[in-house]
Amino acid sequence: MYNQENCKFSSTHEWAYIENGVATVGISDHAQHEISDIVFVELPKIGAKVEQGKSCCVIESVKSASDIYAPVSGEIIEVNQAAADNPSIVNQAPHGDGWLFKIKISNPDEVKKLLSFEEYKATL
Amino acid sequence: MSDLKKTPLYDACLKAGGRMVDFHGWLLPVQYESIIAEHKAVRNEAGLFDVSHMGQIIFKGPDAFKLLQNVATNNFKKEIGAGAYAHILDDNGGIIDDIIAFYLAPDEMFLVVNSATRYKDYNWFVKKSAAYNVEVKDVSDDYAMLALQGPKALDILEKLVPNIKEIARFHIKQDKIFGKNVYITRTGYTGEDGVEIMGDAQTINELFAWSITNGFTPCGLGARDVLRLEAGYLLSGSDMDETRNPYEASCGWVVKLKKEEDFTAKAKMAAVKEAGVKEKWTGFLLQTAGVAREGCLIYKYGKQIGKLTSATYSPLFKGICAGYAPADLEEGALVEIEVRGRKIPAKKVKMPFYKNKV
Repeated sequence: MYNQENCKFSSTHEWAYIENGVATVGISDHAQHEISDIVFVELPKIGAKVEQGKSCCVIESVKSASDIYAPVSGEIIEVNQAAADNPSIVNQAPHGDGWLFKIKISNPDEVKKLLSFEEYKATL
Repeated sequence: MSDLKKTPLYDACLKAGGRMVDFHGWLLPVQYESIIAEHKAVRNEAGLFDVSHMGQIIFKGPDAFKLLQNVATNNFKKEIGAGAYAHILDDNGGIIDDIIAFYLAPDEMFLVVNSATRYKDYNWFVKKSAAYNVEVKDVSDDYAMLALQGPKALDILEKLVPNIKEIARFHIKQDKIFGKNVYITRTGYTGEDGVEIMGDAQTINELFAWSITNGFTPCGLGARDVLRLEAGYLLSGSDMDETRNPYEASCGWVVKLKKEEDFTAKAKMAAVKEAGVKEKWTGFLLQTAGVAREGCLIYKYGKQIGKLTSATYSPLFKGICAGYAPADLEEGALVEIEVRGRKIPAKKVKMPFYKNKV
């Protein structure tokens, strides 16, 4: 659905699929592997304003809680209830059915700060 | 990470896919592929843990049994191979450590102690031994140790040790595996049946390799923590320490006041039992989705009444946790646990969470 090659990445392991002023956001395959057994996802509320680089969501594994940072600023317009209902889907399909939320981008210039897939891979 | 200690099984755990972490100065696997898969393996089949970091201490001499009865709260039996779980108390009745000790011979007691408290325990025992004709020896470095746990664990191990099932619960037996001497104890920290096996590094490494190819799933500390909390077992250092006595820790049963011998803080414990305690280690089950963590505060009617000392996600029960709360909190009482600023409803439940525990 949101193939790695077509996504932008933050240095904190979130991916953003940008289309028509909307960023669909999830965590990278590297992140889901590091976090391991995801058991709970605390999604942001629809309508919430988020800021690039600030935590807006929490993913819980058995051992710990991980903050998920908004890759761009804007407003949450949709969340993936399926991920909340069945958290393991984020491990199984981090770039597909495990997407987390969608942001209506408020400042398109911020996208330039994100990494390409190749650049992100190089940081790992 | 260069000054962290490695167990004799380090390479084997790494090769099997273990993700190593610092556990009180030891490099141990927190998980292999998945904590949830490992938990499932132990509850349904057979799981294998490297527990070589644990300590082993021997009391040797004519007064070995007397020293054991003096430093530990439980009443041990003078029966070759018999063992029991006990608390080691300081003079105030505070819990130094919890141990399992065995009567190997009339003049030899074998204690298995926690790794983080090994030196503290040893020093305490040496101090206490002054009044007795006995030598205290820390033999931890002589033993590597595996915990093999699960409903199928003994079925599999029968191939190596044909009469392994004859070892009674909480008993120790010396036997041979691959021709070398090992100690086998019918004990565990998971709530499932199984054994713990101690021996020299090479033999235990061979046992690890054999077990993996014969149906045991390698499991790490993450799964271990879920399993033991489900079974209602306390973790020394987290759920109890010198600031708590056994009655507060909900372990009154390990204090055998009626035993003939005096033991450290016996009189104090009799008084505590008589007076009752204000707080007890209590189990809670989250009523909505979420995961609590150690340190989260417990509220009732908006007032803080306690704090969690252990918490995790259980595949069987979801949000489970435990901490010190008022001793008079009624069964089924509804409380709130504050997790990252959010108050999650929870219910007091009688532990163990896992009622099938062995």
